[in-house]
Amino acid sequence: MAQKYFDEIWGYSRGRRPRPGFESLARWIKETSKPELRRRQAQAEAAFRQLGITFNVYGEDEEAERIIPFDIIPRVFTHEEWQSLSEGLEQRVTALNLFLEDVYGARKILKDGIVPSDLVLGNPGFTPLVNGHRPPHGLYAHICGIDMVRTSADEFLVLEDNARTPSGVSYMLENREAMLRLCPELFEIFEVEPVDSYTDALREMMQSVAPDSASNNPCCVLLTPGHFNSAFYEHSFLADNVGIELVEAADLIVDDDIVWMRTIEGRKRVDVIYRRIDDDFLDPLVFRPDSMLGVPGLIAAYFAGNVTLINAPGGGIADDKAIYSYMPEIVKYYTGAEAKLPNVETWRCREPDALKYTLEHLAELVVKKVDGSGGYGMLVGPTSTEEEIAEFRAALKANPHGYIAQPTLALSTVPTLAGKGIKGRHVDFRPFVLSGTNGVHTVPGGLTRVALREGSLVVNSSQGGGTKDSFVLRPDNEQPEAKA
Amino acid sequence: MLARTASYLYWIGRYVERAEFTARLVEATVRLDSLSARPAGEGAWESALAVASSADDYAATGETVNPTNVANFMMLAENNSNSVRNCLYSARMNSRAVRTALTREGWESINRAWLGLRDRSAVGGTQATINLIEALKAETRGFEGAIHRMLRQESQFFLRLGACIERADNMARLIDVKYHLILPEGEEVGGLIDRDQWSTILQTASANTAFRWLYRDGLSPSRVVEMLVLRRELPRSLAATADELVGILDALGKATGFQGEADRMARLLQQRMRKTRIREIMAGGLHEYLQAFIKENRLLSQAITRQFRFD
Repeated sequence: MAQKYFDEIWGYSRGRRPRPGFESLARWIKETSKPELRRRQAQAEAAFRQLGITFNVYGEDEEAERIIPFDIIPRVFTHEEWQSLSEGLEQRVTALNLFLEDVYGARKILKDGIVPSDLVLGNPGFTPLVNGHRPPHGLYAHICGIDMVRTSADEFLVLEDNARTPSGVSYMLENREAMLRLCPELFEIFEVEPVDSYTDALREMMQSVAPDSASNNPCCVLLTPGHFNSAFYEHSFLADNVGIELVEAADLIVDDDIVWMRTIEGRKRVDVIYRRIDDDFLDPLVFRPDSMLGVPGLIAAYFAGNVTLINAPGGGIADDKAIYSYMPEIVKYYTGAEAKLPNVETWRCREPDALKYTLEHLAELVVKKVDGSGGYGMLVGPTSTEEEIAEFRAALKANPHGYIAQPTLALSTVPTLAGKGIKGRHVDFRPFVLSGTNGVHTVPGGLTRVALREGSLVVNSSQGGGTKDSFVLRPDNEQPEAKA
Repeated sequence: MLARTASYLYWIGRYVERAEFTARLVEATVRLDSLSARPAGEGAWESALAVASSADDYAATGETVNPTNVANFMMLAENNSNSVRNCLYSARMNSRAVRTALTREGWESINRAWLGLRDRSAVGGTQATINLIEALKAETRGFEGAIHRMLRQESQFFLRLGACIERADNMARLIDVKYHLILPEGEEVGGLIDRDQWSTILQTASANTAFRWLYRDGLSPSRVVEMLVLRRELPRSLAATADELVGILDALGKATGFQGEADRMARLLQQRMRKTRIREIMAGGLHEYLQAFIKENRLLSQAITRQFRFD
């Protein structure tokens, strides 16, 4: 049974008739020769390699620096599509932050029985250590990456929330640079919203959330685990473009609950840390004592209110996939309105009925670890072997709390250079939402990941995925053809 | 600027300089050994190891001293922390860690130099060795060019500071090689082999032509030493390097607003070199002079490390 997938340029027409508004893009794809497209794509990838835009794949030689494959054909959102997406995103992230403040504070949502207490308090993502400590300005998830998929012309679903340290934003920016250089004619066809305001927005957000003790010009830094980390390029790229120091743990010292960085002129006080280190490694005094990446005393300084951590520790509870399944209720609880962005239907395997259903339908479902990420530890039923399914069945039975199941989604496709021609390949989308005291803000764009293998639904870079630029069109961008 | 960033930049400067110097040393030794009509043989390779202060490390490998073994050891060996490959590896790793403090050109020349050596398992025959070294020299020249096109601010100062300290050390060691080179029995000081050795030193310092320009009246040890140690016209001489060190430290002082022990030591070194005359050096013993210089340079490096809080 061939499943019908929605193509973002061709709709369901199988390449015969573009969707309204996409006529000129379709023409561009048809009229630009394939060798020319491939040449430009190769040029973009060569530039990425020269710049050192690489990532390391865990489990490989630590020196294995790879670039993420880049596809030259962009993915396009109309202004109206983006409008409703960004409203939904901002609503969702607002609710996420209120939820985090609540569960580490008054716990009203638990008392009101909206989310089961044991699911939150007994969750590995729940961090008792920060319980009762309100972060500066009450914000936890300053930077969120919301993973979304599209299944039809008007259905966008949230796949998961990344409230810890979402990565990938440098690809949004670098992919756009490459497109501007290599396909300038596309920007004549379309008026595209710029994405380069992201770094300014990030700086403004960081400054807005500085502790009250900080000066008018707070000292902001980006804390990286170091240059062996798979996302190091992004860390250095962001620090450079935001205009802040890129620090490693050894560059920071905590003295009397104040964080300082070591400079050639002596110590300089640090007010805001955009940390790209997981909670567990942040501070060996309170989390993992064997962590060499962390800064001893950092959490004490944070509790003393002397430094803002972006994102605040404890946010992992919001990434949990079982908590995710309650997001519609959570959004409604805090914002008083229905969630504008729907969830994917989710079976929580901790519930006996859901477990039973999941076990009976393993071959059709996608099963995920509640605390997994990066495409690791998941089962895509329809494309898995019997052994893989049997393995998951055993794992599920042993620890039903650890898993959720979702239907296998008909992810939309976008035309992509593949082999000799252009084929539809499945995509997802990760927009980035910033939350500061200056408001919640989504830069018009994001990271489109594409599963380069035919039929594959797994888009993670560690699993052979690539990226595309994501255009968001400006208002009144309709073309004559669309008005006919 | 972060102290760590400054320290990485300083060491990038040092490692690239060391890589280039080591490669030049191998090149000159190849010439001395095989292109000369009177092969100086193993002695040349032993002295090359001595100059690079790798003699003990090499002895530890248990390999016999022959051109191929030593060239491989100095260029590529992973168990030789001063091999060109290891220097470039360290320079590249440091560059990656402070990628944004470098310009794109600077990063690319280091990256290319590293990629050119990364997968080499042996230097090959004489011609292949020379070709490899030529390619490498082109990249390090490119790096030097890139440094000089960088904004004149702290990043550039630390890169150049490292390069200067390393160059001073390497140059002093190179001149001192004559102390280690033993003339074969029957050969006289001032004889053909002796002259070949001095001429090789000039070659390593890429100062052969410069010498002809400065000294029309022919090769002599004290003239070669004078040029390499005291002549400011030669940009890589010890005196010129001392001048450059003082200049960079001044610029850093202006940028950071304070000066310290390193500034005082560098100025002292500069003043003393201005007053020194070649006959004093030769009379007091060249080897002793150079050893004292190397030690002073090392102390200066330590003062820089303290002053800018590298540790």
